[in-house]
Parts: sequence; C-alpha cells; structure tokens
Amino acid sequence: MDLLTSDLQTIKSYLDRGEITAKELVSFYLDRIKKYDGKIKAFLSLNNNALKEAEDIDKKRLNGKHLPPMAGIPIGLKDNIITKDIATTCSSHILENFVPVYDATVTKLLKDEGFIILGKLNMDEFAMGSSCETSYFQKTGNPWDINRVPGGSSGGSAAAVSARLVPAAIGSDTGGSIRQPASFCGISGMKPTYGRISRYGLVAFASSLDQIGPMTVSANDCETLMQIIAKHDKNDSTSAQVDNFVPAKTLTANLNGITIGVPDEYFKEGIEPDVESAVKGAIKHFESLGAEIISVKMPHTDYAVAVYYILATAEASSNLARYDGVRFGYRAEGDNLKEMYTATRSKGFGDEVKRRIMLGTYVLSAGYYDAYYLKAQKVRTLIKEDFLNAFKKVDAIIAPTSPTTAFRIGEKSNNPLSMYLSDIYTLSLNLFGGCGISIPCGFDSHNLPIGLQILGNYFQEQKIVNIAKIYQNTTDFHTQIPKWLR
Amino acid sequence: MSKIIEKEDIVHISELSRLSFSEEELDRFTGELNNILDYIHKLDTLDTTNIQPTSHVLDISNVFREDIVHEHLSREDALKNAAEHEHNHFKVPRVVEG
Repeated sequence: MDLLTSDLQTIKSYLDRGEITAKELVSFYLDRIKKYDGKIKAFLSLNNNALKEAEDIDKKRLNGKHLPPMAGIPIGLKDNIITKDIATTCSSHILENFVPVYDATVTKLLKDEGFIILGKLNMDEFAMGSSCETSYFQKTGNPWDINRVPGGSSGGSAAAVSARLVPAAIGSDTGGSIRQPASFCGISGMKPTYGRISRYGLVAFASSLDQIGPMTVSANDCETLMQIIAKHDKNDSTSAQVDNFVPAKTLTANLNGITIGVPDEYFKEGIEPDVESAVKGAIKHFESLGAEIISVKMPHTDYAVAVYYILATAEASSNLARYDGVRFGYRAEGDNLKEMYTATRSKGFGDEVKRRIMLGTYVLSAGYYDAYYLKAQKVRTLIKEDFLNAFKKVDAIIAPTSPTTAFRIGEKSNNPLSMYLSDIYTLSLNLFGGCGISIPCGFDSHNLPIGLQILGNYFQEQKIVNIAKIYQNTTDFHTQIPKWLR
Repeated sequence: MSKIIEKEDIVHISELSRLSFSEEELDRFTGELNNILDYIHKLDTLDTTNIQPTSHVLDISNVFREDIVHEHLSREDALKNAAEHEHNHFKVPRVVEG
C-alpha cells in the first residue's frame, strides 16, 4: 500500500477492506505535516479533534455500524470556507479570531460523506493574490522549490496536496485561484461552472465570479469530490438548478470524435518557452489519442485582465464593507463609530486588500461608473461571446494555465500590475462562467511543474474531466512527487 | 503617462472606503492606482456602443421562497464573534453627541 500514490477511491478501498484504520490514516498525514509543514507552511490550523473523529469511525466500523462512503478520509479546506468551531481567518488579521458558528454547505456535504476535516489551509488574504504572499500569517513555499511561491490564492491547498500532507483539498477560484496554484504545484484542480457548487459559507470576494472546487492528486479525484459537493443548495440563490454532477458510466480509451480548440491568443508574448513547448507537446498527445485539434479565435482575451480588475475589485469593495468591527472579527478602538470603523479596517486589512477596496470604490464612485464598471460589464459580454462562439465548434479548449512556472517568493510582490498579469490565462474563464480543469503536463528546466487547462462550456464538467482522465491514463506527470517528500 | 487620478482623489476614496493612510502610503497608492488605471484604459479602444452588459452569467432571475420561519442562528451564537455586546445587543462606540 503506497498512500502517496493512491487516489481517494483506492484509499477508501483500503479502509473498507480493513487494511488500514481511519486512525492510522489520519496519523499518517498528521505525521507528514509534523515532518514537512514547518518548511512548507501550508496549514494555518489543524483540527484538534481529527484523531478522535477517526477513532469514533474505527469503533463504528468494528461494531458493524453503517458508515458514510468516505468515512475516515482526511481532507483540507482553504481558510475562506467556514467550519463550525474551527477558526476561519481568510488569512486576514481582521478575521484572526473568527470562529464560525455554522458550516459552509461544502463543509457539511464533505462531513456527511464521512470526510475528516484535517485543517485549514493558507491563502492570499481574502483570496486576493496569485502567490499566497499576501497572507497575514505566513508565506507558503512550493514543495518543488521551497524558495518559490505555490501560486495563489489557493496556494496552501495546492502545496498541501502536492506534498501529500493531505490526500485532497478544497479551494476557490475567482480569477484562477484553483487552477494557477494547481499548475505551479503539479496537481489537478477544477474550477466548476459558476453556480455549480454552493457558495453558502464561502467568504465572499467577488460574488459574480467566485466558485469553489476540488484540488487533488488526479482528475479522478476531482471527479470523486465533484460528485459529493456539486449539488443544488437552496441557501445560495445563485446555486444553479441543474442535475447533480455525475461521472460518465464508462471511460473510453481514446478521444475519437472529440474536437479540441487551441486559441492562438494564449500563446503570445510573456509565455516561457518551456511552458509553450510542454503544452504544445500535450496537444500533440491529445491528437495522437484521436482528438481533432483546430485553431479557435478568442479575440478579446487581451482585455480580460482589465475587465477582471474592474469587476472583481468593485464587487470586493462592496462585499468587504461588512468588516466593520461590530458583528465579527477584529475591532480597533475609536472615540466614535466612524473612527472605530476606520481604525478597524485600516489595521485589520493588508495592503493588497486595501488596494483593491480603493480601486473598486473608485470605479463605482459617482461620475466614474459608466467609464469603468459599465464598460467592463460590456466587454465581459464580448469575452463571453468569444467562448460561446468557440464552443459552437469544439468540445473543449486547451491552453496553458499560466504563462510561467512558479516564480520566486518576493519576485513580484512589489509590483501589483505584474502580479495581476500572471493571471492572464485564467481570468477569462471566470468572466465567461464556464468550467475548467488544470492538470500537470510537464516540467521546465528547473524541474518545476507545468500545467495546462482544459476549458468547457457551462456545466460540461463531465466532458472536461473525461478528457483529463484519458490524458492522465496515458501520461505520468501527475504521479510525480518532489524527492525530499517521498 | 498623464495622471488619471490625483492624490486628493485618493484621499476622497479612502474616506468613502473607511480606510486611513499615512502620507507615504497615499503617495504610493496614487502611483500604483495610476499604473493600474492606465492599463485598464486599454478598454477604451473597444467600441461597445450596442453591447449589452453582463452582470451575471447564468440565466437565473429572482429566486423566491415561501415566507416561512425556519431554523436560524440563536441569539447567543449570533453574538459569539462580536467584539462587544451587552443586553443581547451588539455594542458600538457612541454614534450621536449627547
């Protein structure tokens, strides 16, 4: 039994057959965290009850009691997904002492399925960042090179899965926050269609873009988790009224009959040669598996960063108005209410969050709304039409996830615009609202993972996950683990 | 590059945002926001005259439910994370001069 290379269904079968107990399984990962997380710094907090929960499951199993399907398997959650009685900080000083009094829908669905929440994972503050460096608490290192960023904002989730500190994790993706760190850390990460997974209990950043998704060792595991968490929820009024996600009954061995679009706009200046050649090599591989590859035009791609940083900051400035030191979170002293608000927010938020609140407030302020916000919403329509036009001709689009591999800690933290531009390939999908999965497709000359993303139309998760699975059945990039973590 | 936003605009926005900054921070933010806005202005090159804005990607309109009382947070739970509370209410600093 090699837990490091086992997927969730295999781990489940070990438990079902009694080859390992839940307590042994949880201890295995807790030991790895003890051994490696001092260096990686992926976890912000651990669930102190995890071993006790595992023991209870083992007892029930011994006594022949009914157990939910995944009983005893540990999972990690990004720290913007609320967990009853376990601190949820969003990696922000302003929520440092916040202990939720209820579970997010996703948390509840995972618990009901038997998963043990092992702990909460580091992220950029309020999910605003592409490197995990804006976290108030700690900078997470990339398991492939500890001096480099794991990506962001779900960098803690990506690093923890990549280092096998936990077999799977949940992240959130507003402009690439699942796919980009998955790519940097060599794991598989899916951003489902907007509305596919309930956002109830996800701390809001940009409400028209935010979406929760799985971050795992393989596309298989993304599929396993999607079956559990992709369900309509009456507590989220933007939760889509569609059938629950179900996997395909059978998986074909090839991609005959599948048309894949490749947009030239995703291979322009700024892309590292190693990334370009790995993704182009993968496209050849898809072709050899039987897929028809055609070129598609996405002419408005170049405007996505500008549109995103208007809409996402506008929504954020509104969503983050709730942090006022009254109902929850940190409070600074002030002589009157307004001074208390201002002191609380000025001391409680970090620089990047303030920058985005300021930008968002500006684009929504009197006299500027039409020039910025309305304009961005109109260009969002054009970007959406680029995708809809492409999907008239193709089943899926394949592109690099990020123009570069993981950059060095500190390399971009003093230049906000260059950090924003690192999301150039992932933002468009959120503006469109469709689904995408990032999977490993090679390594660069520094032995850093390279990722590609498979993008699909609304609610086409089954289609893109199948393409990813067929790729992973015929390649071994996703099975690689950094040597020092073996 | 011409300035799109002046330091006094930054001061105004910071007041709207309930954020306060040092002089040094105001200068830095003025520079950074000008850089970002300058980049954003590339949208001006696109003609969007007859384009409808997208505020939400899915075809969902108002979602209604029956007006029925259901399980909700207890008062105790709702106050659990408050910085200060008194007599079952959130407590805030003085709002009106007395």
